[in-house]
Amino acid sequence: MSIDYDIELDGVTFGYTRQPVLNNVRLQVEKGEFASIVGPNGGGKTTLLKLMLGLLKPDAGSITMLGTTPEKARLKIGYMPQYSHLDPQFPVTVMDVVLMGRMRKGAMLWHSKKDRDAAMECLEEVQLSPMAHHMYSALSGGQKQRVLIARALACKPELLLLDEPTSNVDPEVQQSLFDMLQKLNEKMTILLVSHDLGFVSQVVKSVICVSRELVVHPTSELNGTLIKEIYGGDCRLVRHDHRCSEGGHCHD
Amino acid sequence: MIEFTQALMNPDNAFLRLAFIVGGLASVPFGIMGAYVVTRRISYLAGAISHCVFGGIGLGLYLQNKMGLQWFDPMYGAVGAALLAAVIIGAVSLYAKQREDTVIGALWAVGMASGLLFVDVTPGYFDISSYLFGDILLISTQDVWMVLGLNVLVVGLSLWFYNRLLAVCFDEEFSALRGIPVGAVYMLLLCLTALTVVLLVRVVGIVMVIALLTIPAAVASQFAKRLWQTMVMAVVFCLAFTWTGLGVSYHFSLSSGPTIIVIAGLTYLAVVSGARFVGKRS
Repeated sequence: MSIDYDIELDGVTFGYTRQPVLNNVRLQVEKGEFASIVGPNGGGKTTLLKLMLGLLKPDAGSITMLGTTPEKARLKIGYMPQYSHLDPQFPVTVMDVVLMGRMRKGAMLWHSKKDRDAAMECLEEVQLSPMAHHMYSALSGGQKQRVLIARALACKPELLLLDEPTSNVDPEVQQSLFDMLQKLNEKMTILLVSHDLGFVSQVVKSVICVSRELVVHPTSELNGTLIKEIYGGDCRLVRHDHRCSEGGHCHD
Repeated sequence: MIEFTQALMNPDNAFLRLAFIVGGLASVPFGIMGAYVVTRRISYLAGAISHCVFGGIGLGLYLQNKMGLQWFDPMYGAVGAALLAAVIIGAVSLYAKQREDTVIGALWAVGMASGLLFVDVTPGYFDISSYLFGDILLISTQDVWMVLGLNVLVVGLSLWFYNRLLAVCFDEEFSALRGIPVGAVYMLLLCLTALTVVLLVRVVGIVMVIALLTIPAAVASQFAKRLWQTMVMAVVFCLAFTWTGLGVSYHFSLSSGPTIIVIAGLTYLAVVSGARFVGKRS
């Protein structure tokens, strides 16, 4: 039996100018995978997501999403962008934002009861249903991120693409975010972009390192030399299998 | 107030009644489109469009007086120029992401300049200040019909596309992923803004019309939680500014356009500083 791939990139090269941001990228993500793209700033992580969504066209190579072209697969992909590119003062409620995930082609004068119920379910999934009628602009960074995840879920996706879900989120919220994503992973493939290696190594099944070219590792392979190679400098590794007491501890 | 009502009823004051009707009718698209313009932060685009209107008016005067096309009212030229400007600006901001502001600034000035050149080559004398700053004495019954027609078009389309316009204004990229033709919707937004701007050129003039588009929505956005609430409140504020301004200008024999704009501006200032004061205390 052949393996089902949700994401397949072959020989993908892309640059905004002559200088390529991504060079000859080959990548396969299996159905049901929980994978993460890590890499330094400017390494091409968000660019890779935009290529997968068909928002950008590759200069060379082919991209197959859910067995078809990115443009055709779009409607079955849930995408959570970084919230910082959205206008923080826009007059919308949380519900309005999530309902945007229910948008379809063609005339839509108002949202049906079915759409509202579906949106509410997605808000429950990210534990924000009590905030449905609050203003989006009044939320904290972590809450905004969860609203955008709910909006992505409202598309009823088979594949979830998340851009930096852990930025600007404090550690406790990070943890609940990951518990939530792990639960969602039972139903759909998840690919997330992060610069936070510590967080990533704890939860995801495989790591895709992007810095112009691309290397795939199972999480267990992450070590100092590898990180040095990707980031071009020494980094501190965070151990997650090791819990400290509240006052900290010392080795002697 | 009673005195003013009598003035409105006075058969000699037909121009005042027409100004009231046009101002009242136009408040609806002004409130609705103003809310889109303010939340999408494209008021400088609307500014460029409104100044390009002068090019169209100049062309209209030229065709009417030099070429003998009597039927070509300068207002037709205004509508044409506004739509053309909207399409150019839309194309620039959609396809040439860089230096958008420079192109818009250039279009702004070129629109004005071409209008002045058309006036230069047109025989006869024209008081261009009535187009620049508005003159309610120039409003004709024909204008009322034109405003009514454009009103129906703008209000109809802006409400029919409400959800899509909202989604595109909030997050263009995500809307594209949901299969919404983002470029076309954005073009529609600019064209509707262009048509709206033309509606009140007679009353407040090309230079100041942009303020009447943005200030009511800006005041409303201090109170509104959702886009449609901003729209409803902006319509009310726009109506209040226009009618109060017309009343005050009639009473004190002032120009109506500037009076309306100053009243709107002062209200905006009061609301924003009031909101700051209340916000600091609580």
